[in-house]
Amino acid sequence: MAAAEFLVLLKRECETCRMVGPVLAGLKARARLTLWSQDDPAFPEQTGGALDDRSLEQSWKHKVEIVPTLIRLEGGREVARTEGWNRADWARLTGIENIGKDLPPSRPGCGSITMDPGMPERLALKFGDLKLASRPIEVGEMDDPHEVAYDRGWSDGLPVIPPTDLRIARMLAGTTRKPDEVIGLIPPNLAECTIEKVAVNAVMAGCRPEYFPVVLAAIEAALKPEFSMHGLLATLWFSGPVVIVNGPVTKRIGMNWAGNALGQGNRANATIGRALQLVIRNVGGGRPQEIDRSILGNPGKYTFCFAEDEADPDWVPLNVARGHARGTSTVTLFHGDGVHGVCDQRSRDPESLSRSLALTLWSVCHPKLAQWSHAILVLSPDHYDIYKQAGWGRGEIEAGLWQALKRPGRDLVRGAGGVAEGIDPSHANELVDKFHPGGLLVVRAGASGGLFSAVIGGWTAQRRNSEVQVVSQEIGT
Amino acid sequence: MTQEGYVMRDPTAETAAVQRERLAPPPDLGKATIGLLCISKERSEEFLDTLAARLGARGLEVLRFAKPTHTKPAPEAVLADIVERCDVVVEGLAD
Repeated sequence: MAAAEFLVLLKRECETCRMVGPVLAGLKARARLTLWSQDDPAFPEQTGGALDDRSLEQSWKHKVEIVPTLIRLEGGREVARTEGWNRADWARLTGIENIGKDLPPSRPGCGSITMDPGMPERLALKFGDLKLASRPIEVGEMDDPHEVAYDRGWSDGLPVIPPTDLRIARMLAGTTRKPDEVIGLIPPNLAECTIEKVAVNAVMAGCRPEYFPVVLAAIEAALKPEFSMHGLLATLWFSGPVVIVNGPVTKRIGMNWAGNALGQGNRANATIGRALQLVIRNVGGGRPQEIDRSILGNPGKYTFCFAEDEADPDWVPLNVARGHARGTSTVTLFHGDGVHGVCDQRSRDPESLSRSLALTLWSVCHPKLAQWSHAILVLSPDHYDIYKQAGWGRGEIEAGLWQALKRPGRDLVRGAGGVAEGIDPSHANELVDKFHPGGLLVVRAGASGGLFSAVIGGWTAQRRNSEVQVVSQEIGT
Repeated sequence: MTQEGYVMRDPTAETAAVQRERLAPPPDLGKATIGLLCISKERSEEFLDTLAARLGARGLEVLRFAKPTHTKPAPEAVLADIVERCDVVVEGLAD
């Protein structure tokens, strides 16, 4: 036992640490013992105090999670440790059989100050475990960080949270991925983007660290070639990426799929979609009136993200319909142009409701154009109930809508109805489908209380069905 | 508002915008090879056919190029071909 030395990290605030004071005094008399106090170097009085670890450097270096922590060192290297007070463990580590014989057999310790909320990230930055590579931008003493962010062109028009090192470090703690990992090339400039760069933008968007894996999945989905993010950014059309989140993650991070799911007011919905847009803007260089050529845009280009209502076990969620296992958390990205409400308060059977919804669905892009754009139908609970009571699930609803979305070509050809726009006259004698197969996504969201649903129009480039596709991505850690 | 040592991290790709001067137009188009790049939108070709005919009528040398789809950037090979063979390029949009 002569070669062994001991290290104990503790704090006065901890009752167990105070309780073991006399034990430590006894140990100090028999062995080489170094004490580090996290909050008061005068503690413990029985040993004449401890070394000062109020900076927490030693506690951090030794990865202390609980105080007291007793560490046995041999040849300067740790060979064993125990947390809290457990007489048998302390006896084994110190080789002193009757150590603390007057104390209870065991008592749990307290949390190390290094584990306080936000502290691990602060200490990782302070003691060099985390080094950020992004260029530091110093804010002048008289300057407002929010104004500096505006002046530098980092904002979508709304204020951004200043991306300080500590905020970025906390965001990075939301993922297991390394900060220097390259997630991909962000269009339109095809700029290399690291996990850290995404974190900087997620901070600015207002994300909490637990949203970060969803943001990363959304970016990975947007970068799939078949999604065509470059074209979506550069298009003259209104559309931008719409993010639909499925799976257990939605409840875990507090997303909204109920009342006002497509609107404002939920932090996760609002900031995940915004983070994706800020990455495109700041890393990719995609800015309005530059490479973003949209004629009018739409408010969803600030952010457009919501969760699907998966509460009904009979309902097949969107991601399951797209081939993911039930219970998987995913993002699905769609090229959406805005929300169009559908009011139907008279339909009581699924056939009437399908025909009714189809009337509005025909209006996406143009009521006389077919297969020019996809669409999302967001079924509200009250409209869904009409289907459910009739025994219709996803399959029957999609099939019913597909039938209801056929129209005689003669009504749609150019010139018909006195409107020059329309489909090619060669289709005059056909029954025409509004959408390409798979071009209509049905999702459930919203509150009950109104027989309204929503149509989200797509992107005109979806007429090139094989080149521009809806994409899904599993959410990692 | 005042603060000392307040530092933010740059959210951009840090390819800090270097202002690029536009190339001067060729002094004499008659000696230039003109590329017409079709972006493959509806009626792009129609527009470029008209342009090609007009340029051809003026005795100018015109070469035609196309990218496969307007929804994605032009492939590197198409861009390289244009750079190697042309002095001027007109990118054709048909909306």
